[in-house]
Parts: sequence; structure tokens; C-alpha cells
Amino acid sequence: MKRPLFIIFKERAIEGALLLCALSSIFITLSIVFILFYESFGFFKDIPLWEFLTGTQWTPLFAQPKFGILPLVCGTLLVTGIAVLVALPIGLIVAVYLSEYAPHKIREMAKPILELLAAIPTVVYGYFALLFLTPILQKFIPDLSGFNALSPGIIIGIMIIPYVSSASEDSMRAVPMQIREGSYAMGATKFQTAFRVIIPSAFSGIAASFIIGISRAIGETMVVAIAAGMMPSLTLNPLKPVQTLTAYIVGVSLGDLPHGTLEYKTIFAAGITLFLMTLFLNILGFWFKRKIREAY
Amino acid sequence: MGFERNPFEEIRKRIAQNKLRDHLFWILGFFSTLIGFVVLFTLIIDLFIDGFPRLSWSFFISYPSRFPEKAGILSAWVGTTLVMVVTAVTAIPLGIAAGIYLEEYGKKNWLTHLIEINMNNLAGVPSIIYGLLALGLFVYFFKFGESILTGGLTLGLLILPMVVTSTRESIKSIPNSIREASYALGATKWQTVKDHILPYSMGGILTGVIIGLSRAIGETAPIITVGALTFIAFLPSPPLSPTFPFISFQWLFDPFTVMPIQMFNWVSRPQKEFHLNAAAAGIILLVMTLVMNGLAIYLRYRFRKRIKW
Amino acid sequence: MIIPERLKAEVKNLNFYYNQIQAIKNINLPIAENRITALIGPSGCGKTTYLRCFNRMHDLYPNNRYEGEIILYPDRLNIISPKVDPIEVRMRISMVFQKPNPFPKTIYENVAYGLRVRGENRRSFLDEKVEKALRQAALWDEVKDRLFDHAFNLSGGQQQRLCIARALATDPEILLFDEPTSALDPTATSKIEELIMQLKKDVTIIIVTHNMQQAARVSDYTAFMYLGEIIEFDKTEKIFTRPSKKLTEDYITGRFG
Repeated sequence: MKRPLFIIFKERAIEGALLLCALSSIFITLSIVFILFYESFGFFKDIPLWEFLTGTQWTPLFAQPKFGILPLVCGTLLVTGIAVLVALPIGLIVAVYLSEYAPHKIREMAKPILELLAAIPTVVYGYFALLFLTPILQKFIPDLSGFNALSPGIIIGIMIIPYVSSASEDSMRAVPMQIREGSYAMGATKFQTAFRVIIPSAFSGIAASFIIGISRAIGETMVVAIAAGMMPSLTLNPLKPVQTLTAYIVGVSLGDLPHGTLEYKTIFAAGITLFLMTLFLNILGFWFKRKIREAY
Repeated sequence: MGFERNPFEEIRKRIAQNKLRDHLFWILGFFSTLIGFVVLFTLIIDLFIDGFPRLSWSFFISYPSRFPEKAGILSAWVGTTLVMVVTAVTAIPLGIAAGIYLEEYGKKNWLTHLIEINMNNLAGVPSIIYGLLALGLFVYFFKFGESILTGGLTLGLLILPMVVTSTRESIKSIPNSIREASYALGATKWQTVKDHILPYSMGGILTGVIIGLSRAIGETAPIITVGALTFIAFLPSPPLSPTFPFISFQWLFDPFTVMPIQMFNWVSRPQKEFHLNAAAAGIILLVMTLVMNGLAIYLRYRFRKRIKW
Repeated sequence: MIIPERLKAEVKNLNFYYNQIQAIKNINLPIAENRITALIGPSGCGKTTYLRCFNRMHDLYPNNRYEGEIILYPDRLNIISPKVDPIEVRMRISMVFQKPNPFPKTIYENVAYGLRVRGENRRSFLDEKVEKALRQAALWDEVKDRLFDHAFNLSGGQQQRLCIARALATDPEILLFDEPTSALDPTATSKIEELIMQLKKDVTIIIVTHNMQQAARVSDYTAFMYLGEIIEFDKTEKIFTRPSKKLTEDYITGRFG
């Protein structure tokens, strides 16, 4: 008995509708790329690329505007660097501890807490950085200015520990028990097994987790907008205020932003820079994730 | 024959060294894990100390004001609620549909692969980029303006990858034997999805949706970019209207603000009193986040226990 | 019960409990030095459990309990005593597992691992030990030109020989084999059996196998185990030609198992 035509039609229609929904992801990506490039194109018609990439001052709102992106990129990298110094080692240590050492109860308690840590709205972290951490740090480092890169850097680091630890831990747990037994049978301790055997085996997954962390730190906006200040400066001194790419975009958006002005276009120029940075990292992370599948 | 025949002493010393490192690491690991707990705890206490006194009924029903004691979050939480409605309506059906397609209908061809790559990539795009997308696309191109509709759509797109991922994970955990049983009885693909796949995976999907919405509530950057105002002393138009058709969609196009922006605004002011307001808003945000995430974690736990495949 | 010439170890009144369930019942067994002692018996009789007592593998999992003694000669150490560090035991007694489990590292690093764990990092010393172990494991000629290749590129049989080399590199006093060829094809199996017979001049060997013919081919002494108890222990030749117990005979002739 052949299926009635209208049922076949209905099934196909449903499949088509679902496909359209799935295609939305491609549509979104294309839209992002298109908008960024389109608006940036408008920007680069007026501002030479060379000045953008090598200029050391970013003052687009001044009477004599300067359009060098380096201070913003530098600010982003400085804050991210501090965050990474905090998050990667701690994240990895926590992952090793939870995967190889911790008794079941501690694992069960730690995982939800880490998840919650990652779920806290970033404005709240920003508040914490500005009004709690900076004053405390100022007691130890009197030179620390009210807006600085150190405080948000540390907070962002703490914020991304869960990303690093959770993904690393999953990779480590995926290493088969036989490999561990092989190591213990040789008289190795947990520490030796974890660092000499498990971590190298889970390397791709751990690297991918690091990359997720870094990418997240680069894209972080509110913590820096609140606690790092709105003064772009080309400096590696974490005690001074800096402005990141993200904070700049937010800062400009808070004011009046008539469509089509050069000011309006600057945020897209900053945006495309940010996008390319995270795209690069995401591709790297994707490559590492592919390598995981090859390992076993 | 044996390794270091004479000095069992040497081996014993080496073992002691190894074990010392092992124990030291245990301590390091334990305290590192504790850092998360300590930070969470400190954050909560700090917010409560500053903000709790400001929490009052009038706080909830007042508009923001130049005077910190009079300022409240009425416009903010109404704005958040309305934006969340749009976000949910956008992300949930779209995300579930996309997830179903990828798991049940998609063949292993280049198109499916491309869709997946895009989905994964979008999850890693900073939220502010979504703000820029929305600015160009929704505010100016589609001319939705700086409105609740725009805000909701932006956040909806932002959390879309989360909904899709959790849908896929839930669907993946349904064993094939169930599908085969359904098909063997003559059901069509859609019937199988509608009657079996969807209901059985609802728990997991719900968990993902809750986590996604909790993330959306706290999102500030993209909303600022699409032009939410930081000081509005009015509410969007009411959804009900006294004349036919009794439902108004005007509110979708009204200007708005949301809670995290209000908190940001207060934190950015120099006066200490506004900081207290910010702390109060922070408490509300934190409580909402913790409750929603706690709910999701609980649901996930219950769901796993109930259906033992 | 026959007592072989020189003892490397002696098992006295060994009992073992998983979670209160008794898996090993009162085993008394000698282990002859530089000889191969085989353990045979049907699935689930406790042979692997018994073997894993020798290198304290059970300590890795909760709710396990040992009773009795396993005395190691010449220093008469009771290796299952709670006062004795399992790590020390594992440094003297090595194991080769059922499924080859090389580390995801190079061939060289796999063999060198046991030495590195003991703090040995001198390159020349490691080179020497790695070569010696690979030669003992009859793998040297096949890998000498690719010592820094990844271990996973080796065939199953080669990987198992690599695991043997790894276990030998630290000059263990006893080498435990847990069904070492059950995951391998016949050619690889016979290579490993030859290898094991060669090794006994350097090391005392205990091998668990559920391939009876393998036990008959390879070992000097055989113990037959059933439901956690040793039913019979004797020179291999005697067990397989004139077993004293009916149960042994039934198993050997394939009436059950």
C-alpha cells in the first residue's frame, strides 16, 4: 500500500521547514561577516589601512582624530594575558585534581559550583572588580590606579576557570582506564601518572579548552568596560587604565550614534578586528578538536 | 638480577620523594578547586552587604532617578521580562527545530557539515559582535529601530547555539532501538519525532533552554550596542489595549532598558549611593541566575535518574 | 603439594574479598624462582584476581581486602601487608596486561617510562636500558630504526611485546602475565610464547591463561583454580598427563570450562 500523496508532501514540507531553521546558522554567520565587512569597508575608504594597523593612538572622537587600532588591541591583549595567567594554570590543576584525585563527593559538589561561577552575569563580575578587588589590590600596590588592567584581568581569569577546567577534565576522563593501570603497575604515583601519561594523552582536548578560555577572555566586554577604564593607551603596564576593543564599542554605543557617521563606522572597524582575532582562535580550537578524534 | 639490589634504601627514598610530590599536589588541587567556591561566596556576601538594605518594595516599583535614594528598577525589570519573551520566542522554536533537523534528518553531507561548523563557530563569537550584527541588520536594515524587538532578537540569536546543542545532546542520548520500534510499526519520520523523540528529550532541552535564558538575562554588551537606553523613566506600551483587537504589539517597538544595563549605569556613577543601588540590582540578577541555573542542574539530575536507557 | 627447588615467593593462606564477597579462598602456593608458573581455570574462577594481588592492583579500587601473606624472597617481605607500600611492590613486580596498553607516546618513551618514574633521567643510561629491554622482548630488530615513532603505529603483537619490554626495563623480580595473548592472532601468540620461555632465565614468571594448551606448552608448574580455590598444583607435565584430582581431569579434558 503506497503512502498517500499528501502525507509524503507533509513530511517533505516539515523536513524543509526544519532545514530552513538549521540553515539559520549559516545565515547568521553570513550576516555577521557581511555587516562587519560592509561597514568596515566604509571606514577604510576614509582611513588608510596602514594608519589603522600601525597608528599608536586611538582618538576618533577628538577634533584631530587618530585611528591607530594598536592601543585597543594592546589593551585587549594585556587584559587577556593577565586572565590567561590566572585561568590556565588553575584551570588545569583543578581539572587534574577533579579527574584523578578527588573523591566522588567532592567532584559532585565542585562541578555545579564551577558551573555557577561561569553563569554569573558579567556586570556583576565588573562590579566586583571595580568595587571590591581594586580597592583591596590598592592596599598592596599603592601605585594601582582606580581603573586598571590588573583587576579586571584577574576577575576575567577567575570567570573562565570553569571553561578550562571542565573541558580539560572531560578530556582527561576520556583516557581509558587501561592506560592508567599500565602506569600505576609500573609503580608510578597519581601525580606522575597524571602529568606524564594522562595530560599528554589528553593534550588536544586540553589545548582546545585553553583556546576556548582565551577566546572568551578576548571577547569579554562588561568587566573591562566597568573596571578598566575608557582611556585607550599603548602600554603593557597593568596598573594603568586601558581600553579594550570591546569596551570601546560599548563606550561609543552609550552615546549618540547617528547611522553612517565616521564614529559609527569605527565601532565596526574595532568589531571586525575582534572578530578576526576570535575567528583565528576558533579555527585553531576546531583543529585541535579534530585531532582528538584521531588519537583514539 | 634486581634493579638496585643492595639499596632498597635508594628505591625507598625515591618513592618517598614521589609520594611527597603526590601529596603536595593533592593539597594544591584541593585548594585550587576551593578558589571557585571562595570567590562565589565572597561575591555574594559583598553584594549582600552593600545591596540588601536597598532592596525594598519601592525599589521595585520606582523609576531610575537622579537621586539615588529614589531610584528603582521598574523600567529595568519590565524591560528584561519583555525582552526575554521575545528571546524565548525566537530561540526556542528555531533552536529545537535546527537541533531536530541536524540529529534526525541531516545526512552526512557537506551541507550538514557546514551547518555544524557554523553553529560551533557562532558559539565562540563574542556577544558584542552579535550587538554589531543587530545594529546593522535589525536596527537599520530591517528598521526595527532601537527596540525591544531588536533586543530580543539579538539575544535570541546569541543563545541559539546553546539551545541547538542541548537539543542535539538530548536527542543523541535516545537509543536507536526506540526509533526502530517506532518505524517498525509504520510511523513516519515526523510521527516518530513528534511522538517519541521530542517528548523523551524534553527534559534535556528544557535544561539547555533555562541555561540559555539565564545567560541572556545577564547579557549587557549587545543590548547596549543596539541602543538600549541607560536612563529611561517610562515603561513600554502595555500589551493589552482597550480597543479591538485587544492585543497590542506596539511594545515591541518601544525603547527600553534591561536590568544589567541599569546596574552598569549605576556602577559607572561616581557617587557611592548609586553603587549601593547597583549592588541591589546585582543581588536580583545573581538570585535570578542562581535560581535558574540551580533549577537547570536539578532538572538535569532528575531527568537522568528518571529515564534509564 | 610439591615444593619446587628454589622459591621466589610463597603464598600463605591468601584470602581476598571484594565488597565482603570472598573471591579467593585460602590459597597456599609456592612460586619457583626463574620458572614459569601457570594458572589455569574456567572463567570467573579468580585467576586474574589472584594475580592482581601480587602487584597490589586491588589497592586502586575501594572496598577490597586482603588476608594472609605473600612472602617475597630473599628478604621475606610480606607484599600484601598494609604496612608495605604498594608502590614499592610495583617497582619490584611488573605486569603485562590482557589487552596491549602502550602509552600514547613514542616507542622509546614507553620503555623508558618505568625508569623515569624512578627518577632516572640520564640519557646514556636510558638508551642502554631501553635497548636491552627491547632485545629481551625480541622487538629490537623491528623497531631499532624507529624508536621515536608513535607506539600506536605498531601491530597488536608488536604492541604487546612493547608492553613486555616496558615491564622488563626496570629489571623486575617477578613478571606477571594476565592472559597476554588472548587479544592476539596465532602468529603473534606463538612469538610471545617463545619469548616468555626465553625470559625465565632472567625473571620469575607467573602467567594466567585460559588457554590450557598454552599453559602446557610454556610453563614449568601449573596450578588449577576453581571457584577461588586451588584444586591442584604440580609440575606441568604431571597436571596434564596424570592429574590427581577428578575436577582437574574434567577441566583438562574439556568436560567443562
